[in-house]
Amino acid sequence: MSAAHQGVLASFDYLDATVDSIKSLREKGFDEITAFAPFPEHHIEEALGYKNSPVRLFTLVGGLTGVATGIAFTVFTALDWPLVTGGKPIVSIPAFIVVTFEMAILFGVLFTVVGVFWNMRVPDLKSDVVYDPEFSSGRFGVYVTAPADRLAEAREILESNSPSRLEDDAEAKSHG
Amino acid sequence: MATVSEKDRATQTHPDVRNYGEVNTDILQMLSRPGKWWWVLFGLSVAGIGVLAVSWGLQLIQGIGLSGLNSPVGWGAYITTFVFWVGIAHSGTLISAILFLFRAKWRQSIYRAAEAMTVFAVMTAGLFPLIHLGRAWHAYWLFPYPNQRLLWPNFRSPLVWDVFAVSTYFTVSSLFFLLGLIPDIAAARDQSKKGSLRNRFYTLLSFGWRGTDRQWHHFGKAYLLLAALATPLVLSVHSVVSWDFAMAIVPGWHATIFAPYFVAGAIFSGVAMVITILVPLRKIFGLEKYLTVRHFDAMAKLCLVTGLIVFYAYLTEFFMAWFSGEDPERHVFWNRVFGDYWWATWIMLTCNGLVPIMLWFKRVRHSIAALFTITLFINIGMWFERYVIIVTSLSREYIPFAWAVYRPSVIEMGIVFGTFGWFFFWFLLFIRLLPPVAIAEIKEVLPPPMRPKSKKTKEVAS
Repeated sequence: MSAAHQGVLASFDYLDATVDSIKSLREKGFDEITAFAPFPEHHIEEALGYKNSPVRLFTLVGGLTGVATGIAFTVFTALDWPLVTGGKPIVSIPAFIVVTFEMAILFGVLFTVVGVFWNMRVPDLKSDVVYDPEFSSGRFGVYVTAPADRLAEAREILESNSPSRLEDDAEAKSHG
Repeated sequence: MATVSEKDRATQTHPDVRNYGEVNTDILQMLSRPGKWWWVLFGLSVAGIGVLAVSWGLQLIQGIGLSGLNSPVGWGAYITTFVFWVGIAHSGTLISAILFLFRAKWRQSIYRAAEAMTVFAVMTAGLFPLIHLGRAWHAYWLFPYPNQRLLWPNFRSPLVWDVFAVSTYFTVSSLFFLLGLIPDIAAARDQSKKGSLRNRFYTLLSFGWRGTDRQWHHFGKAYLLLAALATPLVLSVHSVVSWDFAMAIVPGWHATIFAPYFVAGAIFSGVAMVITILVPLRKIFGLEKYLTVRHFDAMAKLCLVTGLIVFYAYLTEFFMAWFSGEDPERHVFWNRVFGDYWWATWIMLTCNGLVPIMLWFKRVRHSIAALFTITLFINIGMWFERYVIIVTSLSREYIPFAWAVYRPSVIEMGIVFGTFGWFFFWFLLFIRLLPPVAIAEIKEVLPPPMRPKSKKTKEVAS
């Protein structure tokens, strides 16, 4: 973020006020917006124009890695010390599918968790952020940064939707 | 929040919850005031762990001979209780993952507790392979690792599948549980006193969650993907557990129906356990607004459906034993009902087949006390189901010369009862430390706050 940017954070009690502010801001060309919500709100996501999340790629890669690991592990360990048990072939594919399946799920989940943490940009414990503790309770928030000369316009849009709290952020510290 | 008409209220999941802030207040107060009943139950759990420690300690010192296990019944109360706890775990994932995929509106307020139950039940079940080993210090032999002679486990063995299934299940359900907790831990963080020990604990576990659009967007996607992965996993885990038995040619075990039969039984017992746990939780913490009669009604219906599948499986087993024309198979099933273990079989049939019939009646499903009683019976019945399957079959295999009767020893019973203490110890700690009802998700089913109408029109006019 360039130093010339400044930010403003508005807290709203109402969902429609939040969505309206985001829409108006985007119409006027403000793109650096972070919205806060106490729960996943699809109206907000739509207003911000979200598409697919890359987390699903992590899941796919993880699942395929798991399948490969499962097959490789069972087959190579069986071949490493060929010992016939129960009259079954050394490489007993149906039996190995069970372990392969579990590995696919395990790796898929591990990769998904890594992927979601990566994409959510957490853990982020120490960062100096703009936040209102009410965002985890009942309030929605809109944080916008803009070049210093356009900030007044953004502020006006937020104010027109009657926020319950408005906070200036001279340093434009962070977006989520 | 805008006022809602009486008609609108009737269609809502939580008609008595007025606004978002109230959810935080109500749920987070559970973390601050434990109350006398919590301490009583916690004391009992610690006593249970004491019983477990003494019994297991004695068995570790003197050997597995202190249990009643011997030839031919080498699997007894330990494996029974292992299957029992793995089964209990399943409904938590059903409620948190499968009902999530089906968008069931009644899962929000119960799923957190059910999911916690899953994690702790798997932790409890995980003790039993160690206990059953006797020499528990060799437990790491279960896992495939490059040992000195590069010997690997036999992947054709269902017992090795089980190691993979149960350890994957534990990892996945814990991660699913912890990920879902993040927004609610952030809520607890925001409400706790800055700088206090609790505040620091919640700050660490919330990973810096702020509820931004980016976080919710990826969180929602990841949650959906995890649910989609957990769904086949949960069905596979109890199938694999059932194959521990079904892959052997022991009469009474070697049946293709075992996987669906065990999965249905697992969900049946698990939902019963969820009801058993939620009834006192609701009473002690005054959660009537969140755990409404409607929620219990839905869980009771789930119990009824899975109970019917289980009972159908019982009948199928008996029919197939007769229809197979195999003497050992017929004998084992005749022996179940009229032999040495007739009492266990009749407890199973009564508790799992007869008692749930009551759930057909709406009046019963809407009575919390009745549900509590019925689910206690189901819990007992489902423990005996596994006991019947495991012990009756092993005690009467193909060679009559080798037949014997198994009785659990005092040590075994001590360990079995002790693990209930272990389970409830973790569960009680959980409800004191982490939000036991999903704060963020309940808000999803509340009507969102909209600007009062008059004000909005004025704004548009200006």
